[in-house]
Amino acid sequence: MAKKTPEVPAASLADIAFMLLIFFLVTTTMDVDSGLERRLPQWVDPETLENDDQQIKERNVFVVLVNKNNDLLVENEYARIDELRERAKEFMANPFNDENLPEKEPTEVPFFGTVDVTKGVISLRNDLDTKYGTYLAVQNELVAAINELREDLAKSHFGKSYDNLDTDEQKAIRTIYPSKISEAEPKKK
Amino acid sequence: MSKFKKSGGKELPPISTASLPDIVFMLLFFFMVSTTMREVTLNVQVKLPEATELTKLEKKSLVSYIYIGEPKPQFQKVFGKAPRIQLNDQFASVEDVQDYIIAEREARSEEEQKFMITSLKIDENTRMGIVNDVKQELRKSAALHINYSSRKRVER
Repeated sequence: MAKKTPEVPAASLADIAFMLLIFFLVTTTMDVDSGLERRLPQWVDPETLENDDQQIKERNVFVVLVNKNNDLLVENEYARIDELRERAKEFMANPFNDENLPEKEPTEVPFFGTVDVTKGVISLRNDLDTKYGTYLAVQNELVAAINELREDLAKSHFGKSYDNLDTDEQKAIRTIYPSKISEAEPKKK
Repeated sequence: MSKFKKSGGKELPPISTASLPDIVFMLLFFFMVSTTMREVTLNVQVKLPEATELTKLEKKSLVSYIYIGEPKPQFQKVFGKAPRIQLNDQFASVEDVQDYIIAEREARSEEEQKFMITSLKIDENTRMGIVNDVKQELRKSAALHINYSSRKRVER
């Protein structure tokens, strides 16, 4: 009869587990990746683009230019990045139906009835030498402006934060304040 | 007098270490599950810009990454100091972006493909020229959902 195998000692189990534990502790990165989410426009062939040059009225466009020295030109005047958010909010909301700010179009929106929806578009153009940091800061301010308008509307109409609304309600708010940021391709020299 | 009183002076029995492996294993499993391993070794230096309007990238499996920045010091002799694109583990050129996106797309199942996000990790001092080129390539390969990776800025 075969000899009985001695029992495997379990005393070193803890050491092995500790070693693994330390390995995972060291390699772990807990932080979640986060960032500014955007959607790029569909790719259009440059040749077809030139043919149908759609005209948008001057008052409906909010022009933001960033040059190679990271200076901002907003609606043909110098501006600083911290002013941009207020300017963009004023443009998109147009609370007093100003002549120079974008037109509005009455639209049927669920939960709200007929609302005047702005026809404004934000146009962002940068130079090839603009710093990415500046570009992202500008994008951030523009997105922040629209997010703040949505948040205000959600608070005043539903009494809840925009994030806590259900999908249909969020969609209704998105129809009223669309995120229309168009990025023109930078001019080639 | 009291019957609960221990007969004095006796030494404490040593604490049993038999359950120690179990506790350690529990911790081990916790870290194993919550770990996200760094999949690529960075060849470029990326200092992310700051922003406030952040969205979290939740489904890690749907994200593909593009890094742009200055090559690390040990590569600067070969590649110079100009910002470069890194895909997977290698330096790449703008033309490689389309192939990379297609390869990433092939690796996912069909239902997942439309939810794919491209995360752009770009150094804040990069010039927009190279970033624009990459964006045009992404548009050409119809990877329209992007995420400009950035750090959370504390509100002033």
